Amino acid sequence: MTDPENTVAVPGAPTEAVLDRDGLDELVRVLVRRGRTVIGPTVRDGAIVLDELESADALPYGWGVELEAGQYRVRRRADQAAFAHSAGPQSWKSFLHPERVRQWSAERRPDGVLSVRPEAPQSVSYAFLGVRPCDLRAIRILDRVMGGGRYRDPAYLSRRTGAFLIAVECTEPGATCFCVSMGTGPAADAGFDLALTEVVDAAGHRFLCRSGSPEGAAVLAELPRRDADEPTRAAAASAVSEAAERMGRSMPPVDLRTLMRDTLEAERWDDVTARCLSCGNCTMVCPTCFCTTTEDVTDLTGDHAERWRRWDSCYDLDFSLLHGGPVRATPRSRYRQWLTHKLGTWHDQFDSSGCVGCGRCIVWCPTGIDLTEEAHALHQEATRTESAP
Amino acid sequence: MTLAPLPYRVVDRRDETHDTVTLSLEPAGEALGPFAPGQFAMMYAFGVGEVPVSVSRIPDGQRLTHTVRAVGAVTRALWTLRTGAWVGMRGPFGTCWDLAAARGNDLLVIAGGIGIAPLRPAIDAVLAEPHGYGRLNVLAGARSPADLLYRNEFPTWERPFSTVTVDRPDDDWTGRVGVVTTLLGEAHFTPADTTALVCGPEVMMRATARDLIHRGVRPDRVQVSLERNMRCATGHCGHCQLGPLLLCRDGPVVGYDRAEPLLSVREL
Repeated sequence: MTDPENTVAVPGAPTEAVLDRDGLDELVRVLVRRGRTVIGPTVRDGAIVLDELESADALPYGWGVELEAGQYRVRRRADQAAFAHSAGPQSWKSFLHPERVRQWSAERRPDGVLSVRPEAPQSVSYAFLGVRPCDLRAIRILDRVMGGGRYRDPAYLSRRTGAFLIAVECTEPGATCFCVSMGTGPAADAGFDLALTEVVDAAGHRFLCRSGSPEGAAVLAELPRRDADEPTRAAAASAVSEAAERMGRSMPPVDLRTLMRDTLEAERWDDVTARCLSCGNCTMVCPTCFCTTTEDVTDLTGDHAERWRRWDSCYDLDFSLLHGGPVRATPRSRYRQWLTHKLGTWHDQFDSSGCVGCGRCIVWCPTGIDLTEEAHALHQEATRTESAP
Repeated sequence: MTLAPLPYRVVDRRDETHDTVTLSLEPAGEALGPFAPGQFAMMYAFGVGEVPVSVSRIPDGQRLTHTVRAVGAVTRALWTLRTGAWVGMRGPFGTCWDLAAARGNDLLVIAGGIGIAPLRPAIDAVLAEPHGYGRLNVLAGARSPADLLYRNEFPTWERPFSTVTVDRPDDDWTGRVGVVTTLLGEAHFTPADTTALVCGPEVMMRATARDLIHRGVRPDRVQVSLERNMRCATGHCGHCQLGPLLLCRDGPVVGYDRAEPLLSVREL
C-alpha cells in the first residue's frame, strides 16, 4: 500500500496524504481549473454511470450496488461512502475508444479527383476519477491493443495520451467480482497519477491519497490535506485486504490459456449455446472488448464521403462474413470465440489475458451466463476426459 | 499512410473473365510503400466501402496492380471502374510469401480460382531469378474454362511444368478436368526439398496441404494464404481472427504447421 517504489517524489510535494470530503471537492475543482474534463461515477437512471462531473457533489455518496448474474440494483448504504460500489454498465473505454468515431472524410472534385482528409486529433484532456484496479488494468490492456502494435490508433491515442488517472482501490467488491483470480486487484499498485483508498470508520470518512506521477504529486500539493497517519494507513490496508477475501466469484486455479486451447471441442459449448442469445451485451460492457466495424457514408450530393468506425461484436453474424457466408454461423462458435479470445488467444495476440475480473459480462448478460462458471465447467469436463479410460 | 487512403487513378483495366478485372493504378501524389508478393492493400471505392485485395503483379515504379472479382457491393463498384477513375488505397499490409526460405528448393505454386492472383507476383519473382530456385511448377484449377485467369501467361511459366485443370469443362475444352491435386503426380519436385505456395478456397488448401504432406513435403514449407473478414487491416478491429492469429498482421500467408490445427476446428 505505501510501498515507496510506487509513489513518485517531487521535491517539496507530498507523496501521501489524507483527504477529507472537502479535499475531494477541491480535487475536482483543481482538475477543472487545469483544463481537464473530469469523468467519474454518478447515479443516474437507477445505475452508477460514468459521466462528466462538474463537482464532487455528483459522486454517488451513500450509494452501493447489488450485483448477481443478470441483475444490477443500486441501493442506499448506511454510510456516506463515495466509492463503495463496484463496476457499473460502462467502462472507461466509452471515453478512450468511443462507440463511434469519424476516421476521415473524402471529397470528389468536379474533375473526379479524390482528396482525403484524416480526422484532426481530439483535443480533450481527460481526468478519470474513480478508476478501479481492474479497470486500470483494462486501460493498460487497451493501451497495448490500440497503441502497442505496429500501427497505432490515433483516435485512441489522442484521448489517452496525457489522461490523468485517479485510481480508487476496491474496498467493496460485488458478488460478480473476481479480480483476485485475474491478478488485477483489489489494490492499485501502478499506472495512476493519484490513488485513493476510502476509509469510513469511527475516526471519520476520509481518503488515503498517494501520488504516482509528478503531475499527481503537483495536484496533491494543491489540495487541503493532512499528513498520512498510521491508523488511516492501517485501516486502508485492511479494507483492501479484506476486500480480497470477499470476492464473489473465482476462476478455476489452472492456466486458463491452456484450458481454452484444449477444450475447443468440449460439449460444454453446446450447453452454453442453449442459454446464449448472441445479444453481444457482454462485449459492449467489457472494458477491454475493442472490436469495431466501419461504415462508409456519403451526403446527398454523393461527392462527400466519410469513414466512421463503430463498436462491433463478435456475436454479430456479419462479424465473420466472407464471400459464401459467415465463418461462425452458430451461436456456439460465437460464444466460444468470445471466451477463448478473452481468456486464451488474447495472450498470443497482445501478451496478456483480455479479462480483468470486473464481472460486468456476468451482470449484464440477460440470461445470466457466468464466464467463471463456464470456465469451471470446461475445466471439469477436461479433467473428466483426461481421467477417462 | 495506413489509416486514411491515398488517392490512386486507374490507368489501365483489363477484363480477365466475365466477373474479374485487373486494374493498374498510379498515385496522385504520395505513393504507398513497396509491396512484397502475397501482401495486400485495402481498396476503397468512393462512398461504397473498402476491401482487402492482394497485389497481383508488382511492376517497377509506383504503379500498383490488383485483380478484383465482383462478388459484393465494393468489389462490384471496383469492377465497374473505367480508366481515369479514382480509388483510395492503403497498405501494404500482412505477411508475404516467404521466398527467402524457399531458395534452392523446388517450387510448387498451387492455385484455386482467383487464388492465382496473389501468387502471380511470387511466380514473377522466381522467374526473375531462375538460378535462385529449383524447378518451378504452376498448377491452377478453376470452376470452368471461362473462369481461368491469366491464361496466356501459363506457357511462360513452364519451368518445367505449368498446367490448368477445370471442374466443369465446356464443349471446346481439351485440357484436364478435376481438382488441382490430381496434377501433383505430374509435377517435377523432390518432396524433401520443396516449398509449396498455395492459395484458393479453404477446402482446396486443406486438401492440397494434406496431399503434399502425405507426399513428404514439410508442413512448415507449405505456405497458405488465408482469408477472413477484414475491416481495418491494422490489427485494431478484431474481425480477421483465426484463433491466436490476426490475419491482417500474422497472415495472410501462414505456414501450414501453424494453420493446420486452426483450420481443423470447425467455425473457429
